[in-house]
Amino acid sequence: MSRHTLSVLVENKPGVLARVAALFSRRGFNIDSLAVGPTEHDDISRMTIVVNVAELPLEQVTKQLNKLVNVIKIVELDPSHSVQRELTLIKVRADAETRSHVLELVQLFRARCVDVATDAVTIEVTGTPDKLDAFIRVLEPFGIKELVQSGMVAIGRGARSITDRSLRALDRSA
Amino acid sequence: MTEEMTGAQALVRALEQVGVDTVFGIPGGAILPAYDPLYDSTKVRHVLVRHEQGAGHAAEGYAQATGRVGVCMATSGPGATNLVTAIADAYMDSVPIVAITGQVAAPLIGTDAFQEADICGITMPITKHNFLVTEADDIPRIIAEAFHIASTGRPGPVLVDISKDALQATTAFSWPPTMRLPGYRPVTRPHSKQIREAARLMSEAKRPVLYIGGGVHKARASAELAELAELTGIPVLTTLMARGTFPDTHPLHLGMPGMHGTVAAVGALQRSDLLIALGTRFDDRVTGRLDSFAPLAKIIHADIDPAEISKNRHADVPIVGDCREVITDLLAAVKNEHAEGRTGDYGAWWTLLNGYKSTYPLGYDEAEDDSLAPQYVIQRLSEIVGPDALYVAGVGQHQMWASQFVTYDKPGSFINSGGAGTMGFAVPAAMGAKMGRPEATVWAIDGDGCFQMTNQELATCALEGVPIKVAVINNGNLGMVRQWQTLFYNKRYSNTDLQAVRRIPDFVKLAEAYGCVGLRCERPEDVDATIRKAMEINDVPVVIDFVVHKDAMVWPMVAAGTGNDEIKIARDMAPVWDNEELL
Repeated sequence: MSRHTLSVLVENKPGVLARVAALFSRRGFNIDSLAVGPTEHDDISRMTIVVNVAELPLEQVTKQLNKLVNVIKIVELDPSHSVQRELTLIKVRADAETRSHVLELVQLFRARCVDVATDAVTIEVTGTPDKLDAFIRVLEPFGIKELVQSGMVAIGRGARSITDRSLRALDRSA
Repeated sequence: MTEEMTGAQALVRALEQVGVDTVFGIPGGAILPAYDPLYDSTKVRHVLVRHEQGAGHAAEGYAQATGRVGVCMATSGPGATNLVTAIADAYMDSVPIVAITGQVAAPLIGTDAFQEADICGITMPITKHNFLVTEADDIPRIIAEAFHIASTGRPGPVLVDISKDALQATTAFSWPPTMRLPGYRPVTRPHSKQIREAARLMSEAKRPVLYIGGGVHKARASAELAELAELTGIPVLTTLMARGTFPDTHPLHLGMPGMHGTVAAVGALQRSDLLIALGTRFDDRVTGRLDSFAPLAKIIHADIDPAEISKNRHADVPIVGDCREVITDLLAAVKNEHAEGRTGDYGAWWTLLNGYKSTYPLGYDEAEDDSLAPQYVIQRLSEIVGPDALYVAGVGQHQMWASQFVTYDKPGSFINSGGAGTMGFAVPAAMGAKMGRPEATVWAIDGDGCFQMTNQELATCALEGVPIKVAVINNGNLGMVRQWQTLFYNKRYSNTDLQAVRRIPDFVKLAEAYGCVGLRCERPEDVDATIRKAMEINDVPVVIDFVVHKDAMVWPMVAAGTGNDEIKIARDMAPVWDNEELL
C-alpha cells in the first residue's frame, strides 16, 4: 500500500462530488483526503484525492473514475514533481505563562497566529502532511482544544498545465 | 428552426427524433404532463404494462432482440423505484436502455414531497449515467445525450429524471441539439501494436482458447469470430451472455464455461496456455476461484471497457476496443503471421479436447418414476421449435438447462439475466423481445418461482397483441436454491417448497384468466404434442405448465468458492483428467 495523489478534473455540475465519493465507497477504495474547488475555467472543478492503495487497485480506481461521464481528466501527481499542501487551523491552550513558548513554535514552523484570547491562541499552518504532523506533536503538550484540517491540494511543478488540453476538449464540445 | 412547445412536447419530439418506436411504462402524477403529448404521437407506441419492473425488463428484452435502445417510463417515487431492479439488471449485462422518470416539481425537490424519491441518487451505482432535468430547455439535449451514452462504448442503462415543472414549462424546440459530453470518449479502435502481439502469441501457443463473452454479440461480430476461429482452428467457448454468438453445432465449439459449463469448456480453460478473451469480464461464475483459474495461461484480453481489463485477472496483452474492430484487425494480423509461415499447431490440443467432448457430453438422468425430466422438456422444445426462435429465460435451474439443452445457432437467440441473476426476467423480457422482433417466435423458458414474480405482464401481452409463448418448467420449488440445500445444507429444504401439489395458483387457469391459452403437460409422451399445439397458436399468448420432477439437478457444477478443477459431473463424481502428459 502506498499514498497516491490524484488530480481529477471534473465538469462543474451538481452531484459530481457525490458520484466520485460513491464510486470510491462502492468499489471499496478508501479516500485519505479530498479537496474540491474551482479552477481557472468556470466549467471545470478540480478534485485532489489522496488514496492509500497498491499499484493495481490504483489502476482500477483511475479506470473506474474515468468511466464517470462528468470526469474529464485524471493525473497522478508525483510528490517529487509537485507542490502538495494542506492547511490546518489549531486552537491551543496558551495563558500568560505559556503563550511565548507557543508563539516561538509558531515562528519556527512558519505558521501564523490568527486569533488570540486570554487562555488560547488559534494558529494557521500550511505545509506537507509531514510538517503538519510534526507541528501538531510539538503543540500537544500545551493542550490542543480544537483542530480542523483541509484536504490536500496539489499542483505539478514547472510550466506545463494539466488543464490546457482538457479546456480544448471542453471548448470543442460547447 | 425552432418551435415553441412545452417541455413534455419537447420530450416526445426528442424521443421521435432519436428513433424510438416503443415505450413501456405506467403514468402517474409527476410524469403525467408527458403522457398527454404521447397520446398524440403517431411514431411512438406506448405499451401500458402492469408493473414498472415489467416495463424495465421489457425495454431490456426489446434492446437485446433489436440492438436498439429500449425505453421505459415511470412516474416519480414508487414508479421510479420499481424500475430499479431492471436498471440494475441492464447495468450488469450492459443492456442499452433509457429510463425516463417524472420527478416532483423543482421547488419541491428535497422537501420529502408526495411521491418524491431521489432516483438519481438511488440509481447512481447502477446506471452508466443519469441526469436530473429541471429546465425545459435542457430536455432535447439531454435526451440526445442519454441515447448516445446508452448505445455507444460499453452499452448500459441511462436514467433521465425530469421535474414536473420542466415538463410543463414552455421552451423553444430545435433538433438536432449540440451534445456536451467533454468527459465521454469511448475508445473503439484497438492499438495495432497490441494486435500484432496478440497474433504472435496465437501462433506460438500450443493450447489456445477463444473465450467469448457478450461483448462480441453486442459488437455484432459473430461473422468475424467465425472467420477467426476457422482460420486458426482455435477452440471456442461461449459464456452465458454469448450463447449463440458462435454456433453450438460448429465442431470448434466446446460449449459454455463456468459453474454449470461443459467439462470440455472448463477443462480447456484450466489446461490452456493462452486465453483470447473477447468482450468478456472474467466473472466469478466463469473463473471459480481466481487463484486456480487457468493457471497455465497467458491472457489476451480485449474489451471496450478499459476498466474490465486486468480487473480480475492480469492481462498480458490488453486491448481496448470494439470487438468487431478487434477481431477484424486480429484476422489481418493472423493472416500476416500465416504468410510468414507461422501457423499454430493445435493437433495435440484437439486430441485432448475431443476426448473431453466425447467422454463428458452434457446429459441428464430420466426421472426414476414416469414423471417428466425438465431437461427433456427443454431439449424437445429446442428440437421442435428450432434455431430461428428467440429463447428468453428467467434465473435458476431452468435457465442453466435452457443454456445447456437448447441448441443455439444464431447470434442473440438466447436472452437472459446473467450478471444480476434477476428472477422474473423472462415474461416481460420476452414481451419486449417480441415487440422488437414481431416476426420471430419468442419462447420464454421460465421457472415456476420466476413466473410468479412477473406474470402480470401476460395481461399486457394479451391486450396489446403480443403472442409470446411461455414454457413454465414447474418443479414446485425454488429449484436452484433447493439444489444447493441438497448439496450443501444436508437436504434441509428451508423455504424452497412452493407447494405445487396444491396447484395454488393453477397456471392453466391463471393463463386463461389473463386472456392466454393455458396448456398442461405432465408426461413425457405428451411433450411433443403440447409444444406443437402451442406452436399452432399465434394470435394469443400461450402458457404451458410443464409439471416436472423436483429432484433434477444442474450438472456439471463447480461449487461456489471452489476452483474449476473441482468440477463435478454428478454428485461426488469428478471427471478423470487423463492425457495429462500433453501438458
